[in-house]
Amino acid sequence: MKPAVDTGKHFINGDIACAEGAIAAGCLFFGGYPITPATEVAEHMSERLPHVGGTYIQMEDEIAAMTSILGGAWTGKKTMTATSGPGFSLMMETVGLAIVTETPCVVVNVQRGGPSTGLPTQGAQADMMQAKWGSHGDYEIIALAPSSPQEMFDLTITAFNLSEKYRTPVFIMSDEIVGHMSEKVVIPKKEAIKTISRIQPRGKKNNFHPFKPGPNGVAPMPSIGQGYKVHVTGLTHDEKGYPVMSVDTQAEMMERLLGKIRNNLDDIIMTDQYLLDDADIVIVSYGVSSRTSYTAVDMAREQGIKAGLLRLITVWPFPDRLIKELALRVKGFITVEINMGQISREVERCAGYKAPSYLAGHPGGAVVPPEQVISIMKEAF
Amino acid sequence: MQTLNISDVDFAEPGNMSCPGCGASIAMNLALKALGQDTILVIPACCWAIIAGPYPMSSLKVPILHTAFPSAAVTASGVRAGLDMKGDTKTTVVAWAGDGGSFDIGIQSLSGAAERNDDIIFVCYDNEAYMNTGVQRSSSTPYGSRTTTTPGQGWKKTRKKNMIEIMAAHGVSYAATANIAYPEDLIRKFKKARELKGGTRFIHVYATCTTGWGAPSEYAVKIARLATRCNLFPLYEVEDGITYTLNEKGDTPVDAYLNLQGRFKHLSLEDKAGIQNQVDKDFAVLKNKLSVC
Repeated sequence: MKPAVDTGKHFINGDIACAEGAIAAGCLFFGGYPITPATEVAEHMSERLPHVGGTYIQMEDEIAAMTSILGGAWTGKKTMTATSGPGFSLMMETVGLAIVTETPCVVVNVQRGGPSTGLPTQGAQADMMQAKWGSHGDYEIIALAPSSPQEMFDLTITAFNLSEKYRTPVFIMSDEIVGHMSEKVVIPKKEAIKTISRIQPRGKKNNFHPFKPGPNGVAPMPSIGQGYKVHVTGLTHDEKGYPVMSVDTQAEMMERLLGKIRNNLDDIIMTDQYLLDDADIVIVSYGVSSRTSYTAVDMAREQGIKAGLLRLITVWPFPDRLIKELALRVKGFITVEINMGQISREVERCAGYKAPSYLAGHPGGAVVPPEQVISIMKEAF
Repeated sequence: MQTLNISDVDFAEPGNMSCPGCGASIAMNLALKALGQDTILVIPACCWAIIAGPYPMSSLKVPILHTAFPSAAVTASGVRAGLDMKGDTKTTVVAWAGDGGSFDIGIQSLSGAAERNDDIIFVCYDNEAYMNTGVQRSSSTPYGSRTTTTPGQGWKKTRKKNMIEIMAAHGVSYAATANIAYPEDLIRKFKKARELKGGTRFIHVYATCTTGWGAPSEYAVKIARLATRCNLFPLYEVEDGITYTLNEKGDTPVDAYLNLQGRFKHLSLEDKAGIQNQVDKDFAVLKNKLSVC
């Protein structure tokens, strides 16, 4: 029987690598519901979890899948679900509940072409803004974008760590291409994998405040049944967790929810930079699109154009400061993504009037060819 | 040789996207013979959303509204309301969903429509798992069946949801089970459902999936027939939630049914005896309902 960390070299697809990453990170509960192209995550969790002391439950829909992982998380376990476009839409109400109740959990979106049923078996990156703003209300979210099966493994562990550290849902914004492509995935030894678990409260059980932030802005999280008084609600609540319908409490709660992300950007934001130091033109990309973007940079350089790549590993929170700094010294930006302009708008917002920003987009179903990026580059600059 | 009294007029074309031996395809072909041209189909995510679709293999001669997974029944409710406003009382509005879109994600809207008694026919073509995504369990998957998520290589230890009784409990004017292996009975039930216009009608069609069940495609009808002959899937009708009519009485042991399918091959003799015991109990409960009315 395989151990939780299946150390070794594997040739597996991104969905399965994601499931292996989750198990390696200590995930013990998965609420599943089949949907192409994320079904393999559920199937693999269903196969693996019972052997590592975990539980897979197949739910009756995505609302149930998403909500069940909050229930599991409040017992102290690490929990996950995986879906694609239509299911992601159904999960959105509960995403807000996870944020406001500061419940750590990981949600994988293996994106496919949309809107609606769209292109179930073909990739897209068109849910990026939904990841940021899909649930109602004002909030910050953490979203990571893996670009290979190896990163599906690695970033799933990172997602759990960030989720536990900041008591917040974390999205893995993958896509059908990364989810279904098979590549070499190296799973390190168990000792080499760094995992973080939520800080648990200590000391007196009386007068405990489950939403009172610690030094990094995050409150220690008790498990239900541990002895601490736990009252978890989607209503606006104070540090004790009880509903308080007041403007002041709303303001305090929002400050807490937004602050724990906004005050820790350096810890959360991860990027990869390729030939960026002397670049005049910055290609911004993420996930599978970054793979053709590396090629585009090389092609541009061969033609004497000083291009560089800023690959967003963390897409949300957005690296505002980095783009703003680049905008002061470069000729402009081209954002490469499989949608018709989502993250490119963020780049445009940050670049402001300092540098122009263009989109090399795709309506969905395939990657943006590097030639398209070069052609836009030549036309624009 | 017995000749079936079935119309030659088809509203479903051959050469569609279904797998060989697709029970759901047979079900649609027969149902449309009964429902006729003046039918609008509302189809949520399910195999039929694919089968009906791709040009030039679009296979149905009636209008299709492909809707979101959770909402076949209520999309149909909306279509009905619109047709009523236009004075179109002739057209039959049919929601056509798989077991996931009926038993699982679709049950909320189905129950809502049934309680309001919206004037639609809801058809569940039941292949007992999520087949379009590659055989994951649903709440229609029977006890003992293996899928890719029951969990992993395990088999399902809980029972199939009793959908027709849930619908009968709503007090709808007509709830019936039907089976692709009993085409005349199936057609009669769809005609009856069409004629009982005015409220929600529910038909639960047993539709073999040899691909997902691990059986040769030529056994599609044989397996379906055995499901009824073994009393695993009794054919009956419930009117107004009260009046029960049994259409077929089976007397075959369940082994004959189970042994034809890969999804049950791991079951021990004891497991099979347990299934037989449960089937007998369920059938006794059904027979009691017959005697009440």
